[in-house]
Amino acid sequence: MPMAASEIERLIREAIPDAEVTIRDLAGDGDHYAAKVVSATFAGMPRVKQHQRVYAALGGRMGGELHALQLETAEPTGDET
Amino acid sequence: MSDAEGRIGEIVKANEVVLFMKGTPLFPQCGFSSRAITILEHLGVPFESVDVLQDPEIRQGIKEYSDWPTIPQLYVKGEFVGGSDIMMEMFKSGELQQLVGAEAS
Repeated sequence: MPMAASEIERLIREAIPDAEVTIRDLAGDGDHYAAKVVSATFAGMPRVKQHQRVYAALGGRMGGELHALQLETAEPTGDET
Repeated sequence: MSDAEGRIGEIVKANEVVLFMKGTPLFPQCGFSSRAITILEHLGVPFESVDVLQDPEIRQGIKEYSDWPTIPQLYVKGEFVGGSDIMMEMFKSGELQQLVGAEAS
């Protein structure tokens, strides 16, 4: 059962409130997504932990109803200020 | 410790660079596994691969082993490195080359 992009974004923002979430539907089939998640809470956290936080936000759907989510995480660069 | 956990532990200890994947390096069965293989081949270091599709116990066990829900999974020197997204990020930044001791290209 595919997931809507808006649902993925909602789940991530619920768990990581300051997250800036960008989602792309890679294949246009509602089943293959790429997500970029930027959050200050990732600061100093190893990449594996950052990704695990996002997977935890998705509550077990990853690898199940959500087959393909290409994930990129980052902390804000602070260049804008 | 479950059987699968013990077996996985032995595999990651015995092989300096090992990829748990769907399919084989010649015939990856998933785009993410294929991407991981492409990266490893670019690095030019010897690596071992384990086809989880041939072993349901490993396929389930590996997800619990590193609390990581997806395959492929790369292990270097016994440590979990990440899935194909992290491999790609680390490859681009040069960290992966450094980790596996590959010559800079």
